[in-house]
Amino acid sequence: MRLELHGITKAFGALVANDHIDLTVEPGEIHCLLGENGAGKSTLMNILYGLLRADSGEIRLDGTVQHFSGPGDAMRAGIGMVHQHFMLVPVFTVAENVMLGHEQTRGGFLDLPAARARVSEISARFGFDLDPDAVVEDLPVGVQQRVEIVKALSRDAKVLVFDEPTAVLTPQETDELMAIMRQLKGAGTAIVFITHKLREVREVADRITVVRLGKVVGEAEPTASNAELASLMVGRSVELTVQRTPSAGGATGLDVAALTVLDANGQVVVDDVSFAVRRGEILAIAGVQGNGQTELTEALLGLQEDVRGTVTLDGRALTGLSVRRVLEAGVGFVPEDRQEDALVAEFSIAENLMLDRSDGAPFVKGGAVRRRDLETFATATVREFDVRAQGIDTHVGRLSGGNQQKVVLARELSRSLRLFVAAQPTRGLDVGSIEFVHERIVATRDEGVPVIVISTELDEVAALADRIAVMYRGRIVGIVPGDTSRDVLGLMMAGELPDDARTAA
Amino acid sequence: MSGIGGAGAVPVGDTGLAGGGVDPDQIPPEERGADVEQPAGRVRATLIAIRDGSALTTVLAVVIALVVGAVLIAATNPTVQSTAGYFFARPTDMLSAIGASVGGAYLALLQGGVYDWTQASPLDALQSFGHAIGFATPLIAAGLGIAVGFRSGVFNIGGQGQVLMGAAFAGYVGFTWNGPPIITMLLAVLFGLLGGGLVAGLVGVLKARTGANEVIVTIMLNYVIFYLLDFALSTPLLQAPGSGNPISPPEHPNAVFFSVLPAAYHVNVGFLLVIVGTIACSWLLSRSSIGFKMRAVGENPRAARVAGIEVNRVFTAAMVISGVLVGFAGVYQVLGTTTSGFTSGVDAGIGFNAITVALLGRSRPWGVFWAGILFGVFQAGGYTMQAAQNVDINAVQVVQSVIVLFIAAPPLVRAIFRLPQPGARKVAA
Amino acid sequence: MSTRVAAPVVGSAASRELSYKTPVALGIFAVLALLLLVVFARDGVSTFSFTQAGTVALPNVSLPVRATGIAVTIVAALMTIGAVALIRLRGAVPRWYVAVFTLLLVVGFLAWATAGQRLPIVGLLTGSLALAAPLIFGALGGVVSERVGIVNIAIEGQLLAGAFVSAIIASVTKNLFFGLLGAVVAGTLVSFVLAALSIKYVVNQVIVGVVLNVLMLGLTTFLYETVLVPASSTLNAPPTFANLAIPGLSLIPIIGAVVFDQSVVTYLMIVAVIVVWIGLTRTRWGLRLRAVGEHPQAADTVGINVSRTRFWNVALAGAIVGLGGAYFTLGSVGSFSQNITSGAGYIALAAVIFGRWDPLRASAAGLLFGFASQVANILGIVGSPVPSDILLTLPYVVTIIAVAGLVGRVRGPAAAGRPYVKG
Repeated sequence: MRLELHGITKAFGALVANDHIDLTVEPGEIHCLLGENGAGKSTLMNILYGLLRADSGEIRLDGTVQHFSGPGDAMRAGIGMVHQHFMLVPVFTVAENVMLGHEQTRGGFLDLPAARARVSEISARFGFDLDPDAVVEDLPVGVQQRVEIVKALSRDAKVLVFDEPTAVLTPQETDELMAIMRQLKGAGTAIVFITHKLREVREVADRITVVRLGKVVGEAEPTASNAELASLMVGRSVELTVQRTPSAGGATGLDVAALTVLDANGQVVVDDVSFAVRRGEILAIAGVQGNGQTELTEALLGLQEDVRGTVTLDGRALTGLSVRRVLEAGVGFVPEDRQEDALVAEFSIAENLMLDRSDGAPFVKGGAVRRRDLETFATATVREFDVRAQGIDTHVGRLSGGNQQKVVLARELSRSLRLFVAAQPTRGLDVGSIEFVHERIVATRDEGVPVIVISTELDEVAALADRIAVMYRGRIVGIVPGDTSRDVLGLMMAGELPDDARTAA
Repeated sequence: MSGIGGAGAVPVGDTGLAGGGVDPDQIPPEERGADVEQPAGRVRATLIAIRDGSALTTVLAVVIALVVGAVLIAATNPTVQSTAGYFFARPTDMLSAIGASVGGAYLALLQGGVYDWTQASPLDALQSFGHAIGFATPLIAAGLGIAVGFRSGVFNIGGQGQVLMGAAFAGYVGFTWNGPPIITMLLAVLFGLLGGGLVAGLVGVLKARTGANEVIVTIMLNYVIFYLLDFALSTPLLQAPGSGNPISPPEHPNAVFFSVLPAAYHVNVGFLLVIVGTIACSWLLSRSSIGFKMRAVGENPRAARVAGIEVNRVFTAAMVISGVLVGFAGVYQVLGTTTSGFTSGVDAGIGFNAITVALLGRSRPWGVFWAGILFGVFQAGGYTMQAAQNVDINAVQVVQSVIVLFIAAPPLVRAIFRLPQPGARKVAA
Repeated sequence: MSTRVAAPVVGSAASRELSYKTPVALGIFAVLALLLLVVFARDGVSTFSFTQAGTVALPNVSLPVRATGIAVTIVAALMTIGAVALIRLRGAVPRWYVAVFTLLLVVGFLAWATAGQRLPIVGLLTGSLALAAPLIFGALGGVVSERVGIVNIAIEGQLLAGAFVSAIIASVTKNLFFGLLGAVVAGTLVSFVLAALSIKYVVNQVIVGVVLNVLMLGLTTFLYETVLVPASSTLNAPPTFANLAIPGLSLIPIIGAVVFDQSVVTYLMIVAVIVVWIGLTRTRWGLRLRAVGEHPQAADTVGINVSRTRFWNVALAGAIVGLGGAYFTLGSVGSFSQNITSGAGYIALAAVIFGRWDPLRASAAGLLFGFASQVANILGIVGSPVPSDILLTLPYVVTIIAVAGLVGRVRGPAAAGRPYVKG
């Protein structure tokens, strides 16, 4: 089935998320939609799938104009979608999830045997090993994604959209997914593959459309170089290099030994991890999302319940301390999800600046907040960190992502620190803010503070790291120098420690 | 655990463009924040909506509720019913009957709750308002308690139980100990606050330790406490000697709240204490360190936790403060309203009405204060309405709940009055 | 803390630890039995009477209270030890084992409480079912509503509406079935308000529920005082459902009288339990309903209209609860009175949670709560030393224990209480 999008436009208030986007996907073709976070890819696909209504423009399938008032219409027309966040009911079985929405019944009752047979049949076709009666929440992520694929195929999808499907996959699982996509393509399915990862694009794409700020900015052949694609995507050549001098590092600041973290279900999520960070050094922790990095930082902060091993900062044990005590010990923390974990959207900038110092000096005396002191501090800090806002009473929920992150950084860096931990510090930020954040992180290092940066973006890792630790399935695969090549890092992210990887532990 | 707690993406009320199907990532970061509702705990989002509704919707909600009340009053009026039989022959009869019934009822409401113009002097006329303050006092106290809970992200539906416990504790001190004036009273008050605080504290501890949903626990505790009190009132512990009914002995005079105005106004020291309580709550929420933490936990518990605030402790503290305030309503009932001995019905519906008062006051201390006064006027006037116009007092209950239903849904109010929806003006800041 | 997309399964913790919660609970009750039945033993004989009209006469069972108490305590202690052994050997205590244990203690307690008295067993069970009927209707409505994702605190209001409207309609039409229909409509109307406010206007569901209860209590009381009281003989004197004995089955001793000689409403309740149970688990309706309550966005992306599904199922829930309301007026009392439900809706809510949002378990919880209330009533009548107030707290106390996680994990529908707003 041939899919054509013509002049799709969608605005949210003053923001134009999609601006006259045209796209054509032929049957048996993998068409990559490449763009940065926030470029408007997901909006476009949600329109295609009937989840959003376009302000103008039309969708054609094999030349016929379609009007979708919901995903049901899109599915009936032959469009299937593998969602970034799986659309599976966790407590349902595979068969129940696959049949949901187009259930076959027999005598008024659900025809589960038929659904099971359908799952088995499609699984067999693609070599999936799916148990139709397995409960989805018990399945690993990669398998859940296959359930999503089977779900789409069970409705005879002729156009299949993959929305950032590799974000949660290991490189190996990613390769398997690529193989599946090629197989689908061979069967004549039209595939839209949404991603912001250049390697994947060049590997499977037949055609590439690049979107930026809601507009199609160009088409490219898979033979295009990374640099060409990246500059199309970002609008200028990517240069994520911060001015920094190499750091020799001082004495050991943070020492983590045999750290193991178990989640609420008793699963090991961080597995016997040991490393040290010297004063005046940035250790970057790289890895595919979901390999224990989040839990590792949470364990350092005292946010995880079940932690074994020791964490020592300047000779003082942090393990077992409450979050408050850890913060008081001089740990600064930028969480990876700033809106959920770092800021109170309904609080003013000033209130957010005192969020982790709501007891005692300098902002609280005798149980009361010293508003004058807080205002003075907030005014000065907002100026120092260049937070663009009407005033210190502005709710942070009204700020842009970049300015929100500046508020978080300002709060954490205005305390005297002995350790600074920043998780995904630039996720979703514009280039200007990224530079600002990177400069601040390097400046903190240069003051002699040990710094940990967790990032899934190799560009960021390369720009900041003095040393790089790579995590895979809860373990640290190895710790290598900051100038280690991407190929080596890529292998390590898949769990392999190449012989020629020089360890720098 | 249960269906009620937890977090999720919830744009509530006035937010036009909303989370749900829109992935915030698809919107360029610079545009984010101004319009896109952040994924929010649903409790949080609700409470924000409650707090931020406009004064206009409040007034309009009251208007709608009064209209609903008028319809009820007119429809159940015998004269209106009989004139309806020949409406098409002589419509004026029915219309004037409607006017008479509704007008009479609402005038009686004003007369009994605000200003009784039949009295000799303007000062005497204000005795009605004094009655209203008498009804308002426990409502304000309990409403403050519920509001403090709301602001901290906890739903305290256990007003009834906490009122009963506060009443039982204070009442027990008041009828067993015949001490010196003032001191007896203060001790009784203290015990009453302790009673309310204990119940709510138990809920707080259960929530903090086991994650038990406070909505369910408080609802269930209402009944547990009701039956336990009923039981205790039939034992020598609380039962009046020689009484065959489950009722306590009368309070000693020194324990009873003394009047601060001439007796005819029925305004006693309890009202002054509630004014102090309102000021204290206001300071607590906006100026104190613990209030800061409570609001932080109420708005975003995850961020609060990451910032080193001990969320469970704050939940428990908020519940205790909430219970203490609600407990005062019980204290007022035994030391200020029915001092001649209390029964298990001593809460008089305050526990649930306090929730509506807190909602109407949008969880702000002074908002709750004025909402309590309004409901006090309704209550006091309702009795006059019942006596003078033969309109059952429960009409007031209906009007109050309708007000709150509409307050909770500002878009509905605006739709009824064809006002523009603020969601329409969505422009990036 | 943050979006946890993929918690890698690296290795599971050491072999799952055995849970001794059940034997501990049994042990606590065995100790309580020891205290009450042995230490504070009472003398005399308790007579369990099985007499009933029209069926085979059964002999009474006379239990010497002290001996019974000692025997029960010993068996309870042995069963506790047995439970430990079962955990060691098989890793779990079967449900029937706990049921037998419970039954044993209940018999011991009833004998103790009615020492020197006669306990009418058939009356106890019939009365339990009668008290349980509105609770079960209420619980079913609660289950349907919460499984589709709307928390239903308004059960009490729906019961009141059903009781009130059915009384009027049945009085005026002199037709019981019109009365039932009226109850269904009334419950549905209350649900419409709940559904519209919580789905369309995304008002917090707990708040709407609580306020609706206050509203319905005020409204029905107002109308009762103003409309029904002045004309009680014409507007508040509905006929009541007569018992309809099922030929043959009703002759079975005990069970026949309790289950098969009941009013149409009770039969309707049994049918409703079965239909809701099978419907939820085995039909398209149930699958979609559960999907919407667990993961509304997933349901949306396969073309299920979340708001519509929620709206109509909440309406259906109100209709079911409304029938429970009719039970108060048409099934038993025969007239409406102020606050006739007196908190039954909240017990039904407790049953929903105690029954873990499962129609069968919730109905069983309703039965249990009805039984507790009836025991309280009967002990009050026979003049037992056990205060009925204490027994009446049972439903609430066990529910608090349940939500505090002291007896296994209670997990409700994932999206209950959470409004669904599309972009």
